[in-house]
Amino acid sequence: MSTLATDLEGRAGAARESLDAWVREIVGWHFDPATGSPFWLQWAEKAGWDPRTEVHGFDDLHKFGHFEDEWLRGGPVRRWVPKAYADRPIFVFETGGTTGIPKSRVAIDDFRTDYELFSETLPEECFPQGANWLMLGPSGPRRLRLAVEHLAQHRGGICFCVDLDPRWVIKLIKKGWMDHLKAYQAHVIDQALTVLSAGHDIKCLFSTPKLIEALANRLEEEGSSIKETGITGIFAGGTEFTPQWNRFANEELLDGVYMTPTYGNTLMGLAASPPSGPAEGYKITYHAPQPRAVLQVVDADDAERVVGYGETGRVMLTTLTREFFVPRFLERDEGEREPPCEQYPWDGVSGVRPFSALASSTTVGVY
Amino acid sequence: MIHFPALRWGEPYRSLDIDKVVHFDTGEPVAEVSQANPGIVARDLRKSLRARSALREVPAAELLAKVKKAAELFSSAELPLGDGSQTPDEFVRQQSATTGLPEHMCRMNMEKLRYVLDHIDEILISLTRRLDPDILSRGYGEEDGIMRSYQATTPVLGMVLPSNSPGVHSLWLPIIPLQIGLVLKPGPQEPWTPWRMTQAFFEAGVPRQAVSLYPGLGDVGAAVLNNCSRSLIFGGTATVEQYAGNPGVQVHGPGFSKILLGDDEADNWERHLDLMVDSVLVNSGRSCINCSGIWTPRHGKAIAAALAERLGPIEPLPPDDPNAALAAFTVPGQAGAISADIDAALGEDGVDEVTAAHHADGRLVSRERCDYVRPTVVYCPSPDVAMAKKEYMFPFVTVVECEQRKMLGAIGPTLVATALTNDAAFQSALLDARNIDRLNLGPIPTIKLNWLQPHEGNIVDFLFRPRAFQMAS
Repeated sequence: MSTLATDLEGRAGAARESLDAWVREIVGWHFDPATGSPFWLQWAEKAGWDPRTEVHGFDDLHKFGHFEDEWLRGGPVRRWVPKAYADRPIFVFETGGTTGIPKSRVAIDDFRTDYELFSETLPEECFPQGANWLMLGPSGPRRLRLAVEHLAQHRGGICFCVDLDPRWVIKLIKKGWMDHLKAYQAHVIDQALTVLSAGHDIKCLFSTPKLIEALANRLEEEGSSIKETGITGIFAGGTEFTPQWNRFANEELLDGVYMTPTYGNTLMGLAASPPSGPAEGYKITYHAPQPRAVLQVVDADDAERVVGYGETGRVMLTTLTREFFVPRFLERDEGEREPPCEQYPWDGVSGVRPFSALASSTTVGVY
Repeated sequence: MIHFPALRWGEPYRSLDIDKVVHFDTGEPVAEVSQANPGIVARDLRKSLRARSALREVPAAELLAKVKKAAELFSSAELPLGDGSQTPDEFVRQQSATTGLPEHMCRMNMEKLRYVLDHIDEILISLTRRLDPDILSRGYGEEDGIMRSYQATTPVLGMVLPSNSPGVHSLWLPIIPLQIGLVLKPGPQEPWTPWRMTQAFFEAGVPRQAVSLYPGLGDVGAAVLNNCSRSLIFGGTATVEQYAGNPGVQVHGPGFSKILLGDDEADNWERHLDLMVDSVLVNSGRSCINCSGIWTPRHGKAIAAALAERLGPIEPLPPDDPNAALAAFTVPGQAGAISADIDAALGEDGVDEVTAAHHADGRLVSRERCDYVRPTVVYCPSPDVAMAKKEYMFPFVTVVECEQRKMLGAIGPTLVATALTNDAAFQSALLDARNIDRLNLGPIPTIKLNWLQPHEGNIVDFLFRPRAFQMAS
């Protein structure tokens, strides 16, 4: 075994020890009557066991079974607020909600912390400190607007925002109103072009794959390009990324502008990906911001079994922050398990796509 | 392994996203297909004007000659396929392997496509009503001393193609000679015909930049529809309803084709039994022009029994057997769902599955990797039962008792109606019935098309609009 491999193994072991310690701390916090949230305290009462004495590390979280996202629908939303934070200003972020009651998640500082950690992964030459940002994507009840704006501010910049309402986009698609869909996308891109042309010295962009495509195509029609607008770095997220799309974007849309794909949602922080180009087959591998969140890839038919490296399985998320505890939530995504790497000495997941058993009922990639 | 790249205005593009197409019976991979992503479609189609420009650089008569040459190449030449090549026999075997269609039916469809290309000049004369092709090419011209002007409604025609019946490709063959580019999204199990036809065009000298081929999933089909101002799509009733009233989309859905017996001819039904069997069975009942309903004022039970005698005993045979009459269902669960839907509709009074007596083990034949549904004949005592409106993608036919005077009001949308009657009043009513698209008066099988006539709308009218044009001398 090479020195490098031994070193990585050692770092992975250390990361695992830190994770176990963090799990004990977070479980201790959420199930302490003085600090925990009403939801988890009541849950423990009904369950009849005390997680503080029975959870000694990450593997013990299996005793919780699986977090059910249906628990997040409807109120009172304060049942999720840890008692220790009862007097703090509370944000609520929503996910879903095209029809019916959306799922809600409370937050205080998590989104700031998550995006500050993500900020450390951004290369300075592409996302210069002090540069201004354009946030071109879903805002409204979602976390993204505040999070991206905080990222910009954290890096010393100012964030300009153009909104997109994904719930309306999904309705347009379901109704087959494709002309309206095109018009709405054009309306969004019009606003982006206006901001980009207004002398705001914007160098960094957050956007989604579909909007990046639309922006690049429109700029090209007008004899320009993303690069020519002055943008040097793109933080892309919001929907699924395939290696093929990553290649298409790099070869045909970006003209050398750096793009970092991310994987995240309201329940977790932001999973970053190491740079991936032709040498890696444009494969995108995400690593969660451990220990605050952990991504595992488990057998689709037996979620107790983590699949082997390179094998396909369903993505399982565990969120471990003082604001929010989500043990072993089975995501609506699948992918391949990836080994630890230099930058992230813990497991990752690649090829993330809608979980095939549920895919037919999910409208994805709408924005 | 054969690899199908996407074609971006004729240029091969190998995607990182690969779909494997497998043999329907053995599960062996037959080919890999590069999957396009919707962004590529949207981006390429911004340059669709170039496709028409490239075609307009070739004089219309010359283009027609190239397409006729492509007919010969398609049916007899060894043509490029991925890194290698493909003979016509290999084409037939490979198409059968992934679609489940018996090989002799694949060959029949191949010959059908060749026939259309061979007669493309006559077809265009018919569809354009003898308009000088140069008028469509240039946009204007005098005809019998009168100025005519036609404007193309689109530089390219988008097509979202099916996997189930290769014969439908005949619909897009007249497009290239009209100097309109092609944007093809093949069905997942049937990449073979679009690819081979495209290669035949290229070998014959049709400009490569006139054709794009984008294999992919539904989102790629949606991208084709969203970025072409004129498209054809093939699908089920839901697809038809989704695009109904959209002037940019011509939808080809279930045919609900029928044979209608008039009062005057009903007693002679036995004379027409061969015509009925052929109309139901040819191409394994997969075409929209296959008959799925025989409507008669009397003798319904006898007709159903006679059809069941002929169709009921037919069993699945290996795809290379020249007597194979049934195509396999290769999409998991599809045949089972169809069979269950038939079961659900059998509950109404008087509805009788007449072929059941021939199917000791049931109509559904399940294999390890595919399924078959055996030919099914159902008697319906009136048009009011739900079964009377059913159509499926296999040899399935209902025999519906219905008075002649109520027939046209009850049959619903009908792509092909073969009317067996000499009653002048009924014939006149049939000619006026707007729910019938193609009308055959007399004993013509529903599956026998006259290629010189329009199919579900004249493609020339879809792609060109006549307009006023004056030019100062």
